Amino acid sequence: MTTSFVLNGNPTTLQADPTMPLLWAIREVAGLPGTKFGCGMALCGACTVHLDGKAIRSCVTPLSTVAGRKVTTIEGLVTTPAKAVQAAWVKLQVPQCGYCQSGQIMSATALLETNPAPSDADIDSAMSGNICRCATYTRIRAAIHAAADSIKV
Amino acid sequence: MTANTLSAAPTRREFLKSAGTAGAVALTIGFEWVGAARRSLAAAVAPGAAATFTPNAFLQIGADNSVTVIAKHVEMGQGAYTGIATVVAEELDADWSLVRVESAPADVKRYANLAFGTIQGTGGSSAMANSWTQLREAGGKARAMLLAAAAKEWKVPVADLTVEEGTVYHAGKKLKATFGALVATAATLPVPETVQLKDPKDFKLIGRRAPRVDAAAKSDGTAQFTIDVALPGMLVALLQRPPLFGATVKTFDAAPAAAIPGVVKVVQVPGGVAVVAQSFWAAKQGRDALIIQWDDSKAEKRSTAQLLDEYRRLADQPAASARKEGDAAQAIKNSARKVSASYEFPYLAHAPMEPLDAVVKLTAERCEIWAGDQFQTIDQANAAHTAGLDPQQVSIHTLYAGGSFGRRANVGSDYIVEAVSIAKAYGADGTPIKLQWTREDDIRGGLYRPMYFHKLEAGLDDKGQLNGWRHVIVGQSIMAGGAFAGMIKDGVDPTSVEGASTIAYAIPNISVDLATTKTGVPVLWWRVVGSSHTTYAVEAFIDEVAHAAGQDGFTFRRKLLEHQPRMKAVLELAAEKAGWNTPLPPGKGRGIAVAEAFKTYVAQVAEVSVGKDGQVKVDRVVCAVDCGTPINPDIIAAQMEGGIGFGLGAALYGAITLKDGRIEQGNFNNYRVLRMNEMPKVEVHILPSTQPPTGVGEPGVAPLGPAVANAIFAATGKRNYVLPFPNA
Repeated sequence: MTTSFVLNGNPTTLQADPTMPLLWAIREVAGLPGTKFGCGMALCGACTVHLDGKAIRSCVTPLSTVAGRKVTTIEGLVTTPAKAVQAAWVKLQVPQCGYCQSGQIMSATALLETNPAPSDADIDSAMSGNICRCATYTRIRAAIHAAADSIKV
Repeated sequence: MTANTLSAAPTRREFLKSAGTAGAVALTIGFEWVGAARRSLAAAVAPGAAATFTPNAFLQIGADNSVTVIAKHVEMGQGAYTGIATVVAEELDADWSLVRVESAPADVKRYANLAFGTIQGTGGSSAMANSWTQLREAGGKARAMLLAAAAKEWKVPVADLTVEEGTVYHAGKKLKATFGALVATAATLPVPETVQLKDPKDFKLIGRRAPRVDAAAKSDGTAQFTIDVALPGMLVALLQRPPLFGATVKTFDAAPAAAIPGVVKVVQVPGGVAVVAQSFWAAKQGRDALIIQWDDSKAEKRSTAQLLDEYRRLADQPAASARKEGDAAQAIKNSARKVSASYEFPYLAHAPMEPLDAVVKLTAERCEIWAGDQFQTIDQANAAHTAGLDPQQVSIHTLYAGGSFGRRANVGSDYIVEAVSIAKAYGADGTPIKLQWTREDDIRGGLYRPMYFHKLEAGLDDKGQLNGWRHVIVGQSIMAGGAFAGMIKDGVDPTSVEGASTIAYAIPNISVDLATTKTGVPVLWWRVVGSSHTTYAVEAFIDEVAHAAGQDGFTFRRKLLEHQPRMKAVLELAAEKAGWNTPLPPGKGRGIAVAEAFKTYVAQVAEVSVGKDGQVKVDRVVCAVDCGTPINPDIIAAQMEGGIGFGLGAALYGAITLKDGRIEQGNFNNYRVLRMNEMPKVEVHILPSTQPPTGVGEPGVAPLGPAVANAIFAATGKRNYVLPFPNA
């Protein structure tokens, strides 16, 4: 079985079980390991990618769901908000172990794409599905605000 | 090499200028690991390799001016790589923008943790403390050799030379040479026996906010974790472990698993039945399809409530003495006022974000392991034993660990041994196999922070002076039966009582006793180890004693710490910065707690809001820390922030419970951890110090629980004797 979709801007056809979660198709079939496995039940957000621009949990999304659609992973971030988020992550020294940070950055980027000036409550709402066991939360919050400020027009 | 992924990496001076400001710190230093092609240290340091100067086991300087620091400690989030590089680069006077970090191979002769003796490993917040002098000397001696090389080439006295940012200068003759230009000569010179280390006032990197060497790679998805290892022909294995601790495989039917497309082989190993497949998904489906009959005749089948009943009984029976001064029982008996309380602490899972994993490539002669390895030489020995090889035949590539909190440091090397045993059962034919745990495997996999029961009594005289303190602790030993069992003295595992037996308060009559239990549940150290429970018991109880004495919790503690200057100083600083005496509106409360763990002193003041439904929201935590010489204030702050979030998650939600031996939790839905919306504001204040550095990875966890509990009491008048807090 093959599934065709746009992965990080490139038309892509993967040969894989269509029930395979998108997470594993991205990691093991497409060879893009930046997206991480954390829980397998959409509870932790480590696997967050963008599907047609919206943050989704790839660990519970069957590959077949994305046929004909656009998937963006951490490796494919190119937009101004995405670059601002990544720069803020480095500037504020957010990562500790770093394992959850791809998912955090994908959620934060999706937030800024639709809400360029999020409040703390907006950040809570968009980011509470992403667990960080190192509890880098105070810096994630500060980095999202810093990223928003850096792209303010 | 991709050391500098940004083209405009600033010089060290620019970094130092910008580090204290909000200006962009663009410096990024990559830790490079290039999969199977990673060059071995041996190859890199081979004699005759003129392009490289390897003055010692911790440093290589290339003709290209690159400075490679070899880290003997795993980077699992705590900032060890950055700290290690900072200390070496400081004494070397290296150009920080050219410094990168590589992990050391398993080699106890060169890379032992000096705090552990003859073990290479990371734990007990010891990375910087044990490496401090070793790494300073490594950098300083290399600097001296480079200076000697320049002196030889230029035929000038060493005393006339200066070094700045990786370049040696002779001001008078207007000569200069980069380290790279000097490596060939330096490599021919003898290593000095001793070296004059810098006066701390001359530090240029230590004490500054050097950017983490791993921040960029961990912000663009390129950081290499074990789960990311992809080797040619690699297969993925999932292991079905027994549903009860101590159960074993009786019989199994592999056929339904083997029928799943992509499943390559089903093998039985001592730990259960493994499904080896071409992908995670096939292995997972294969494992789900396995039919296994378990022999649970020797398994642990009790429930948490039964264990707790037994622990309560043991608290009233004679136990091993961990500390005894004066006669606590008599003093309490004779006291004007008695206070008593008992506390219950659950089993806790570490739940690092990266579920445990290891890649093993095994042949009849060699075993190669990739893992976020925390106990390299213990894991090497256990892997060798499992494979039937000598330890020298086992090599370990230590990768970034996606969190650990103690989990990857276990003397049985559980996940490493599983991976090797699967590779062996598969045929030891050199096929790389990645063992991947799922979150459920992790939560139900044991090696938990032990469950404990604490009983405390105190006596106050008629002036409100604390004159007697009795503390009984009941729980399993972490060290019993393992490589660290030699540290158990007179029936006391120090990791069961630390933080309680080491209580700093001046109390004339004190006894701390331990009753060590046995259950079938495997246990392990969990971030801040003994102090993860003892500090709660001590600091919640002392608050209750202070209240009984009619005194403020801060004032009461301070008086008992008159002869503990470092403890007292963090207590005072936290109270001052938190505005301890300023009033709070109704429904809010402020609580304080202080602890020493791994020779680091931490005090925290928590401010909480308690809703009408009893719901607790921690609004703010003010933290003061004395960890000796602060090597990197930003990483110290990050570890305090993280420790506070980690401790708060455990206090509010953390519990692993058993029902007839089965673990009742399985994933983050029922083993809850802290999330973004629950994270308080955190302020960290670091005490200036020129004492040797101590660790920061763990101590920030210790005072958080009791500070919050004491704040809840201040807000509601209710004490929490059971962890996690029932109302959360």
